[in-house]
Amino acid sequence: MNNPQLNKNGELQHLLTTDGLPARILRNILDKATEFVSAAEGREIKKTPLLHGKSVFNIFFENSTRTRTTFEIAAKRLSADVVNLNIGSSSTSKGETLLDTVDNLCAMHADMFIVRHSSSGAVHLIAQHVAPEIHVVNAGDGRHAHPTQALLDMYTIRHYKKEFHNLRVAIVGDVLHSRVARSQIHALTTLGVPEVRVVAPKTLLPTHVEKLGVQVFHDMEQGLKDVDVVMMLRLQNERMQGALLPSAQEYFKYYGLTQERLALARSDAIVMHPGPMNRGVEIDSSVADGTQSVILPQVTFGIAVRMAVMSILAGTK
Amino acid sequence: MNIHIKNGRLIDPLNKIDAKQDVYIVDKRIAGIGKAPQNFVAEQVIDAAGLIVIPGLVDVAARLREPGYEYKATLESEMDAAMAGGVTSLSCPPDTDPALDEPGLVEMLKHRARSLNQARVFPVGALTYGLKGEELTEMVELTEAGCKAFSQADSILTDTRVLMRAMQYAATFGYRVWLRPQDAFLAKDGVAHDGEVATRLGLPAIPVVAETIALSTMLQLARETGVKLHVCRISSAEGVEMVRAAKRQGLPVTCDVSMNHVHLCEMDIGFFDANCHLMPPLRSQRDKAALRAGLLDGTIDAICSNHSPVDEDAKQLPFAEAEAGATGMELLLPLVLKWAEQEGLSLLDTIARITINPAQLLGVKTGHLSVGSHADVCIFDQSTAWKVEPSALKSQGKNTPFNGYTMQGRVRHTIVEGHIAFSGITL
Repeated sequence: MNNPQLNKNGELQHLLTTDGLPARILRNILDKATEFVSAAEGREIKKTPLLHGKSVFNIFFENSTRTRTTFEIAAKRLSADVVNLNIGSSSTSKGETLLDTVDNLCAMHADMFIVRHSSSGAVHLIAQHVAPEIHVVNAGDGRHAHPTQALLDMYTIRHYKKEFHNLRVAIVGDVLHSRVARSQIHALTTLGVPEVRVVAPKTLLPTHVEKLGVQVFHDMEQGLKDVDVVMMLRLQNERMQGALLPSAQEYFKYYGLTQERLALARSDAIVMHPGPMNRGVEIDSSVADGTQSVILPQVTFGIAVRMAVMSILAGTK
Repeated sequence: MNIHIKNGRLIDPLNKIDAKQDVYIVDKRIAGIGKAPQNFVAEQVIDAAGLIVIPGLVDVAARLREPGYEYKATLESEMDAAMAGGVTSLSCPPDTDPALDEPGLVEMLKHRARSLNQARVFPVGALTYGLKGEELTEMVELTEAGCKAFSQADSILTDTRVLMRAMQYAATFGYRVWLRPQDAFLAKDGVAHDGEVATRLGLPAIPVVAETIALSTMLQLARETGVKLHVCRISSAEGVEMVRAAKRQGLPVTCDVSMNHVHLCEMDIGFFDANCHLMPPLRSQRDKAALRAGLLDGTIDAICSNHSPVDEDAKQLPFAEAEAGATGMELLLPLVLKWAEQEGLSLLDTIARITINPAQLLGVKTGHLSVGSHADVCIFDQSTAWKVEPSALKSQGKNTPFNGYTMQGRVRHTIVEGHIAFSGITL
């Protein structure tokens, strides 16, 4: 089976998932992002002309503020023309199919699509449909993948920890519904992290999650013991319905990240969160705002990583 | 019409024939096997040299989409597909719109089908009105109208009291109840097998226990009520084992599997191939192996196409939103032959699983070529390889996970009731 993300020369054609991407491509994105971080910090003018004259369409079938904004900023710093479309579900309910919407946007001479959709695989469908000169970036599809989030997480880890091959990483929370977790797991294992743990009650873990190359913990204390990186996941409020969890209070009591629990990790462990945070549900404010938290730097690096992804794709012929 | 099929290799599982024998058809019936009846004059001679002559196929699950879903397929298009696939008898599930819950609807469907003079249609009636799982249908009336069994299709009956009463009522008259085992709650919103692939792709999943819990309920109620239970589209290794155990205990239970599940598993979903969005979902390699073994040892009585033509727009969607189902009648014979070749099964035993076995499940008199029986015949070429191209399929549904596969075995002629209803291109 051909990897739909790579072209015939093995170059990145679309960024759809971290699953199946070779380590060289992941590293190349991280290296490229380093250039943009230094450029952003070192110079007055943050813009580069790499995407000058290109049209980037942000197509969000599902609401998002942070991801859409960081993609928009990233595209603008690359001098691209940016069009934002919040389609929600209204367009499709009016009878237009997903691919009709995409065809219409292609007719407006888009060069790149940044797509978020509530259904797993929707972005693959779009990538398979568009003309070969158009690049597609997955900004989150259903429970499947959120590769730029995972890449900015990898960037953050590398920034603070320098290497991947000696790390112990714990991913804590609702892995079952999380596209972020799936993309993180694939990126971490591909980049050589020897021990990736997932920590959650059984109702929030997918079947056979261990086959993704992770160790499963149901006990938060054991799961956090001696880890270098704690990656928290957002817990959606609707998980209280559907009998997945009894209450936010009980969840916080057993799986919330507190200072006491964080003390079980290595003393130099970093704490990450993809945002938006639910303080007092999955993470205590004192940890979120504490010295080990790198949650805000994640956001900053996110812009550089998205610039890296877009500039690499624009360079792929 | 008087037809002489000469020089072919005749395979008729009921009569245990696998030999070079000529078949003689007079009017609508088989008039002679191996030997012409007295004063026989052929109006048409089919030279079947190098070809195999078998009873017309019996497919226990073929959705024709009428009434109500003519945008997906019509009786005309799907009957053409049946003929091209050598299927001369088929049963259609009641999940039409409206559901097959009124004798008038069943009569209309049978009448429309008869007027096309192609495959025989044996409808499976709705077990409950509107398939809603609340009120029993008029099973006696529906049987008189032509229904051969009663089913809920893919609408799961959650109320076990209604299920028990439906079985009791059906058992009163000796009717068959066909049910697909799936627990509605455990399967809710699920679109793929709860396994490695769904986990990786982030697809809402249906666990195996959704099948085994429902199956356990059905088997216990069947034992309690004495109904003749037919388990439709079994999909898991555990499910096969439960049916095997029930049969060993002497329960009057039968079982079928879809050809898709004999050849495909969850891995075939690849990168969200919506053509592999099927119901029940494609399960693991291990389940596939168990289904194949169950079909081989007779635990699974028959294999069907589970023909479900879907319109293009309904498949051009993200995996979970795409409509489940695949077209299949035209691929049934080659896919069964492929399975048999891989398993090393004789053609006689293989053909039984798509002719006499399903005919017996339906309680109909087709599926064999005894003298005096209906002249429903399929003549196929086993040696020709061909490639599946959706656009070349007769079915209005072009959705198949076997797109591009190379098949062995192609139907040359299909005879229904003594007339040649289909003749393929001779290469």
